[in-house]
Amino acid sequence: MTHSASALELIQSVEQADSPSRLVAAVQALAKARLKAGIPTLITVLGYNNPEAASAALDGLIQLGEAAVPLILEKLDDYNYGARAYSFRALAAIADPRALDVLISAAETDFAPSVRRAAAKGLGNLRWLQLPIEQRQIAQPKAMQTLLLLVSDPEWAIRYAAVVGLQALAASGSIDSPELFEQILAEFAQIVQTDSDLAIRARAAMAQEQLKANTTQLTALSY
Amino acid sequence: MLEHSHNQDSESISTPAETSGAELLTLEQAIANLTHPDLSLRYYAAWWLGKFANGEPQVVDALIAALEDEADRTELGGYPLRRNAARSLGKLADLRAVNPLIRCLECSDYYVREAAAQSLGTLGDTSCIPNLMQLLEGGVAAVPLVPGRPHLAEPAEAAMESLAILKATEAIALIRPFLEYPLERIRYAAARAMYLLTQEAVYGETLVQAIANTDLKLRRTLLLDLGASGYLPGASAIADAKVENSFKMIALKSLLENHLQQQETFTVSPDAQKVMMLMDNLL
Repeated sequence: MTHSASALELIQSVEQADSPSRLVAAVQALAKARLKAGIPTLITVLGYNNPEAASAALDGLIQLGEAAVPLILEKLDDYNYGARAYSFRALAAIADPRALDVLISAAETDFAPSVRRAAAKGLGNLRWLQLPIEQRQIAQPKAMQTLLLLVSDPEWAIRYAAVVGLQALAASGSIDSPELFEQILAEFAQIVQTDSDLAIRARAAMAQEQLKANTTQLTALSY
Repeated sequence: MLEHSHNQDSESISTPAETSGAELLTLEQAIANLTHPDLSLRYYAAWWLGKFANGEPQVVDALIAALEDEADRTELGGYPLRRNAARSLGKLADLRAVNPLIRCLECSDYYVREAAAQSLGTLGDTSCIPNLMQLLEGGVAAVPLVPGRPHLAEPAEAAMESLAILKATEAIALIRPFLEYPLERIRYAAARAMYLLTQEAVYGETLVQAIANTDLKLRRTLLLDLGASGYLPGASAIADAKVENSFKMIALKSLLENHLQQQETFTVSPDAQKVMMLMDNLL
């Protein structure tokens, strides 16, 4: 049996699965094979409204990493927010900076909170070093602006995700501007004092502590 | 929490749909609408005031008056307006509502009694404890299921929840028998109340172990129960449960906040950090 034949078989067994348990097993097998040819099928499964299958497909896409990004971006499902949330979780985990603009627009304007949460978390966590420095210096403040906007969202879970995103952004060793770092720390100090939800204040306090611990470590290393 | 288990939308954590049309009412209009000839406007106004008013005295007066409404009736003799007024009074933090709500515990409409029992818990005034205990008096045998109706004869879940919020340790002996009630959700409501009142891990574990064995709808309620109990060792059971991430987020948030509130000062303990790391992974 040739390699491509077995890829075809794996894909077909997903498409032809006639029960939820067979679907899950077929998706798991396809995900495990890490085949580029399987990417479109895995993306389709995100929209099947079967959480177990979707989560297996999500894992598969994350494993495939950057190879999956262009197709995920192309196939974002505007009409199914469940599928869209999985796509954004994949983009957030793969962290390819090509997703920046899509993450910004989803975080700011998507109507589904699950999509916005995933986008906000992903926005802070991109692999910035893959961008040339001049692009990075534009992209990071852009991501920060969006996250700062979300910090005052009425929905607590969006604010929570924004804090997580901001912490990741501040922690990314590639941050070239100390001002960005300071601005984020100042924002956290504000949130700890004023947010209406105790959980958000606690999350910002944890971010503060962890960022300060990191800085102390870095300073210690440089001596 | 009872209200969550009834109204929770799995996608939206704060149900933005509720706010549509909200801008169309003013406080004065909403108060006036409580006696409007159109009964549906009365009903909506009572909900609206609980959601958007800040406990202005005239709002509380108008809602207390609505607890006596006779116009709005269902086929089964229920009082929809009274139910909404009782729920809204629970949100407005004016203790003048306590005695009128205690009187509602005698109302012929089960759902009015349930709403009043819940609101008495959130208002936090302990003077209603004996009245709430009366709803459980006589134990399991006295609170049977009503044949053909989706509820018990008395709102035992709401009573147990509120007694736990009010730290009514004198109710422990009354609540304990409900751990053996034939209906699962009543048993779990009792377990949550018992954990809150005794802080004994065995009751928290009852909830944790139940999560794996129940259907999806009950599982969602259980997650919220576990969150409201503040039983921190239950955090990973919540994170691993087979329900939507939005539910897990709500439950973990509630768990975290209940834990934080039990502390004297605002500090983020290692246990609290673990809960937040679980929440981060659900985003």
